[in-house]
Amino acid sequence: MSAAPIKRAYLVLENWFNLSFGSWNPLYHLGTLTFFFFWIVLVSGIYLFLFFHGSLDGAYASVERMTHEQWYAAGIMRSLHRYASDAAVGTILLHMFREFALDRHHGARWYSWFTGVPLLWMVVTLGITGYWLVWDQLAQYIAIGSAKLMDVLPIFFGSMARNFLEGALSDRFFILIEFLHLLGQPMLLVFALWFHVRRLSNVSINPPRGLAIGSFLALLTLSLIKPAVSHDPADLTTVPQVLNLDWFYLNIYPLLDYWSAGSIWILTIGITFLLMILPWVPPRPAGAAAVVDLDNCDGCKQCFDDCPFDAITVQARTDGARHEREVVVDPALCAACGICVGSCHASNPFRKAEKELKTGIDMPQLPINQVRTMTDTAVAALTGDVKILVFGCNHGFDVTRLNSDDTIGLSLFCTGMIPPTLIEYALRKGADGVMVAGCRHADCYFRFGNRWMEKRLEGEQAPVLRKRADRRRITIQGGAETDHNVVEGALAAFRQELSRLEQVEPEESPHG
Amino acid sequence: MAKRYLLQVVNYAIFMVLVGYFSSAPAYRHLAEDQAMVVLAFSHAGQHREPCREVSAEEMAKLPPNMRRPTECPRARSPVTVELLMDGKPLLSTVAKPPGLFDDGGVDIFLDTTVPAGEHQFSIRMNDSVRMKGYNYTHEQVAVLAPAQLLFIDFNTEQGFVFK
Repeated sequence: MSAAPIKRAYLVLENWFNLSFGSWNPLYHLGTLTFFFFWIVLVSGIYLFLFFHGSLDGAYASVERMTHEQWYAAGIMRSLHRYASDAAVGTILLHMFREFALDRHHGARWYSWFTGVPLLWMVVTLGITGYWLVWDQLAQYIAIGSAKLMDVLPIFFGSMARNFLEGALSDRFFILIEFLHLLGQPMLLVFALWFHVRRLSNVSINPPRGLAIGSFLALLTLSLIKPAVSHDPADLTTVPQVLNLDWFYLNIYPLLDYWSAGSIWILTIGITFLLMILPWVPPRPAGAAAVVDLDNCDGCKQCFDDCPFDAITVQARTDGARHEREVVVDPALCAACGICVGSCHASNPFRKAEKELKTGIDMPQLPINQVRTMTDTAVAALTGDVKILVFGCNHGFDVTRLNSDDTIGLSLFCTGMIPPTLIEYALRKGADGVMVAGCRHADCYFRFGNRWMEKRLEGEQAPVLRKRADRRRITIQGGAETDHNVVEGALAAFRQELSRLEQVEPEESPHG
Repeated sequence: MAKRYLLQVVNYAIFMVLVGYFSSAPAYRHLAEDQAMVVLAFSHAGQHREPCREVSAEEMAKLPPNMRRPTECPRARSPVTVELLMDGKPLLSTVAKPPGLFDDGGVDIFLDTTVPAGEHQFSIRMNDSVRMKGYNYTHEQVAVLAPAQLLFIDFNTEQGFVFK
């Protein structure tokens, strides 16, 4: 299986950041970084508002005073306000590119993608109104450009662009823009953000502290080296000739010099539409949702805690069993990752050894009983001195490429689907070692699969790996499709370690 | 570890360069050095397509007192045709159809274009009535445009076309 070119390009970039940042890789924290940049924008914006005069004559002068007379405070705040806003657009675009490149926008995940696309436009328009407030030549340029764009929409009476001709503008203009920029647009944005993450659980809005500090220091340094400055004041009797555009926000305006406003709307709406329908292009069948078996569910709600997509809810028992609660899966929200199967303590393969293994919540297309059978078959087929079973996932490195006489890879939906007892079971059945090779460390196609797996093995999250399992015979090495060398290298090292164990402790068989 | 920190510094530097550069560069030239801009912009309601007629005394008597008016005008208005010529050559023109379900709204015209700076002879002509052939408003004026100047040409029925 070879990665598509876009994915391959992305993985190269991700790998570079992994070398530099490890688990702080900014590409793994693009959403939280965006939130962090907005915090900077919010705090700096509140400070700037204290000194801003929202009037035709006062706006430019007040911004100039902040920039030059109070450069050490308001000036830096202004630069931080601009650069953090720019950085936010960068992280949003990277966030979209990443989800697209890694194919994380299909199926049940359409919602986050679909609600995320308008967020980009909301952020861009918020930035545009911010630039208006400075009321310099750049503001004049984008104000007239925006008015031309609005004039072609059949929702306004009169020509908005005409307002920007000499004598037609008043301070009320600033009241409108201030209202939009300071209250209306931010509130709408917060509301839209809430919608965007609504179908996700365990949503984090703070990046790792080190990454936040590093990003802030970078923006602060940039603010000191290259403070944000204004153009000349707006003059409605002249036309700005050369503009230092902020290309993160204002890239559409130059098109107005070449295309009609209507064409630009068609382009913008067309791109938005194409982006929004991407989750359904090409159409593909959704994986079957998890199914709850109340006969084997005691309502412990571990699956509810672990589900990355908020697809599981807890409710009062309906079958008259002695347990207090039961869980319910919403098929529309289920991404078919199988993490809930790994969470369920009834997924213990040591149970009902001679019968069909049934668990509290299972995947219809790959039930835990079938996973146990696959494990039995794979372990039985292993030969050689050091027999290793590798559990992988369908979205990371293709573990079946490791297949040889003494190594067999089993690919599941997600490594989070593996109950720790299954690893212990494989060791007991004859494997000398078990390797878990899901997605790259700190990343997971299904958000939390490899993180939950690690926590289970480290005894930090139920269901935990039992103490009787020899932890030395278990290793974790995530890897993307392109990480052959990394995974194969880790496998070779693991094999060596297992050989050493066999020599040192030959009588201590893991097979029970 | 030191290598990792060094790489982080490199990455933050790249981040700063990208954000710092694209926040204000490359510069965009909106208007060439020797150019000016002409904007023809006004709001105006075209004349009624059909002439108003006088309401007879009998008709008036049938109407409620608050609706009695001496004339009755059909709602539809004429499109507004306007042409701006510079040095005898067409520069801007449009035919603005009245908005509204019954073609009864006023039109908003906003046309702009860049022109070479310098002295120019401008001629404007406008027709706002389908009942009239030719142009019922005309105006000629010479204007000297400085580079980057914005010449705003307005219109109102009292003064006609006004150069601002």
